[in-house]
Amino acid sequence: MLAKLTSPRFLRAALPAASFTILLLAIFYVQPRAMSYFGMNLMLQYTVPIALATIAQMFIITVNDLDLSIGAFVGLTACIGATLLADTPVLGVLALAACVAAYAAMGALIHWRNLPSIVVTLGMSFVWLGIAVLVLPTPGGTAPGWVKSIMALKVPYVPFPIVAAVVIGCVVHVVLMRSSYGVVLRGAGGNPKAIGRAGWSLLKTKMVMFGAAGFFGVLSGLSLIGLTSAADAHIADRYTLYAIAGVILGGGEFVGGRVSPIGAVIGALTLALTGSFLTFLRISPDWQIGAQGGILILVLALRALINRREG
Amino acid sequence: MNASDKTIVSLTHVAKHFGAVRALDGVDLTVTAGECLGLVGHNGAGKSTLMNVLAGTLSADKGTISVHGHDLSGRYSVSTAGENGIRCVFQELSLCPNLSVAENARIFHPSLTGFGWKRRAGDMIHAKLDEIFPGHGITPDDVVADLSIGKRQMVEIARAFTTTNAPLHLVILDEPTSSLDAVTSGQLLDFVRKVVGSGISCILISHVLGEVLNYADRIVVMKDGLVVASKPGSDFTRDTLVAAMGNVVEVEEIKDHQAFEAKRGQTEIVIEARSDTALDSVPLVAHRGEIIGLAGLASHGQTTMLLKIYDAAMRNKRTPKVDGPVALVAGDRQTDGVFHLWSISRNVGVRSLRRMVKRGLIDPLAEAALGREWQERIKIKTPDMDDNILSLSGGNQQKALFARALASDADIILMDDPMRGVDIGTKLEVYDLIRDEAAQGRTFLWYTTEMDELYNCDHTYVFRDGAIVADLTRDALSEEKILQSSFQESA
Repeated sequence: MLAKLTSPRFLRAALPAASFTILLLAIFYVQPRAMSYFGMNLMLQYTVPIALATIAQMFIITVNDLDLSIGAFVGLTACIGATLLADTPVLGVLALAACVAAYAAMGALIHWRNLPSIVVTLGMSFVWLGIAVLVLPTPGGTAPGWVKSIMALKVPYVPFPIVAAVVIGCVVHVVLMRSSYGVVLRGAGGNPKAIGRAGWSLLKTKMVMFGAAGFFGVLSGLSLIGLTSAADAHIADRYTLYAIAGVILGGGEFVGGRVSPIGAVIGALTLALTGSFLTFLRISPDWQIGAQGGILILVLALRALINRREG
Repeated sequence: MNASDKTIVSLTHVAKHFGAVRALDGVDLTVTAGECLGLVGHNGAGKSTLMNVLAGTLSADKGTISVHGHDLSGRYSVSTAGENGIRCVFQELSLCPNLSVAENARIFHPSLTGFGWKRRAGDMIHAKLDEIFPGHGITPDDVVADLSIGKRQMVEIARAFTTTNAPLHLVILDEPTSSLDAVTSGQLLDFVRKVVGSGISCILISHVLGEVLNYADRIVVMKDGLVVASKPGSDFTRDTLVAAMGNVVEVEEIKDHQAFEAKRGQTEIVIEARSDTALDSVPLVAHRGEIIGLAGLASHGQTTMLLKIYDAAMRNKRTPKVDGPVALVAGDRQTDGVFHLWSISRNVGVRSLRRMVKRGLIDPLAEAALGREWQERIKIKTPDMDDNILSLSGGNQQKALFARALASDADIILMDDPMRGVDIGTKLEVYDLIRDEAAQGRTFLWYTTEMDELYNCDHTYVFRDGAIVADLTRDALSEEKILQSSFQESA
């Protein structure tokens, strides 16, 4: 039993949860008032859009690509949500569906022309931003009422963001880690050649993964305006790096199809908490991003140590 | 099943060109039900290309493919091959390292879906592993990345023989025993005979001629993209088979080397090492100019020992004692050997960069000169050393890796089973080279899973469970002794 608990594999799987718990305990120690239903709700409310964007990034990383446009894309869907979707729902739904389709097409292009995803997505991020500015030139708009009411949902005892995170993590876990097609999708990251040789279409796996990322990007944008009730083209610019950091914090790796949906969600929660933690420590916002980077390096260094023991 | 149904696959005039290279130049091949077909030939003779065409991963430029009498040329693909019961175990492994054994089995079977698929896939692959390799020690939940290369090969072979709803008619085994030790190789080949007896056909590609001679019903010899001979296995002997493949070097040369007998103690000791187990019966000792063999079953501590010595030399550790610079020739060339994006010259020169530096930069002329020198010395078959390393066949890639080690300043060359999947002609050339270099004072440590190669060694250390259990001189060396030491119970 003890041997199993100290095995590198278990430690690596437990690291995201452990870092989250330690951070939470540290916050409670510094600011005991955070240890309440209301405090937790306030502290974690922005984790839902971050977790959704992280899951979107994780789908892309699963197939050995990297998405540098997810932040701009979430911004675009937020702008569509706060304008078209609120004013003319049918048109809004169509526009969002077109966004998802565009993501799948981007995956197809990357596979078909064998392009580096970093270049393609970096280029596309300006396209998303441009369209977002066209849709909503100045910050404003209104989120549809149903989106706001979903995000304002009150669950007894457990704060809503936690419930949402658990649901997101579990649903994606079942689909990607337990389903039989999920195996093919992850295999496409581990050894694409082997997947091709077994008769699966690699084009399809890329399109499915990019399409899924687009879908979760849309969900992220909508949940974000549900919280802010208005949108702006630059509303989610930071999400690109948050999402990458969340996946890596959650135990995922950049190549080889090694990802963990539950880990990614915990990673997103941890990132959101570091912001609150640093505020409670009265660290000035100028230093916060640097300090967040410090915490990230600390966790990743721990993982590198565990990996070394494994090797 | 009537007589015409006996033919499973027939290829006629199949041709495949890669640019100017004619990999296949009009090949005819038929496989009948319940037959074990041995396929031999040099590296670059077109065997692997032919198998890729048969497996559907490459499409032929010309010619027809028909399966069970239906002409499928033009619409033949991996999935049609699968539907028609044709499977292939490729030389470079096709498992996903991030997935478990059961999940890898699922990849192979599109019909394994729905509730409980994981358990069904696990049961299926486990039963097949038990059937082929009793005592394999693999569980369906093991992640492939954690398995040794030998065990991965076992999983991949077992996977090819599993069946769900699609029928199984033909399994192509491309160098199946290259990472297996003597015992598991034997288990596999016996299983192949059993399967063939039940009406399924196998194509066995191997550079270990003994395997093909002993286990194949019919042997097809390929050379330069053509089939040059196709006769029942009993019509061939080792010598006639080698002659048919067109080797100029005689097999007997391996034995000739036995005439040369260096006596221990004439030169100084350059390596003295012990394993981590504290159970060694003798330490591993190498004198300057010796060729030392590391034998035993696959992955019983031989590679660990090589890496330990390499590590000691690189970090100037006191133990184990290593006297002189070292270079390592990797066995798993795709993972540990070649730099996939680099040219052949650059791959050869990377161990010797310090020598080629001019004003702080690498001198391209020196690099090209080094590449040309070794292309000539070791006969790397390529029109241009500036081509990408992956344009070479497997055996020639391995030659480039040898050139990398031999071109360096290293006095001690460590070899981690480097001849996996290399044809006999190349092997004999490399053996000569190793002997020449040893005569000039270089020391070789050679881990090999092939018995024949040990006859090139002055001393052979046998490993079991990570410990050195025997030290055999060349006079004392025999296959029986090695097997005996490999299996002794440590009671």
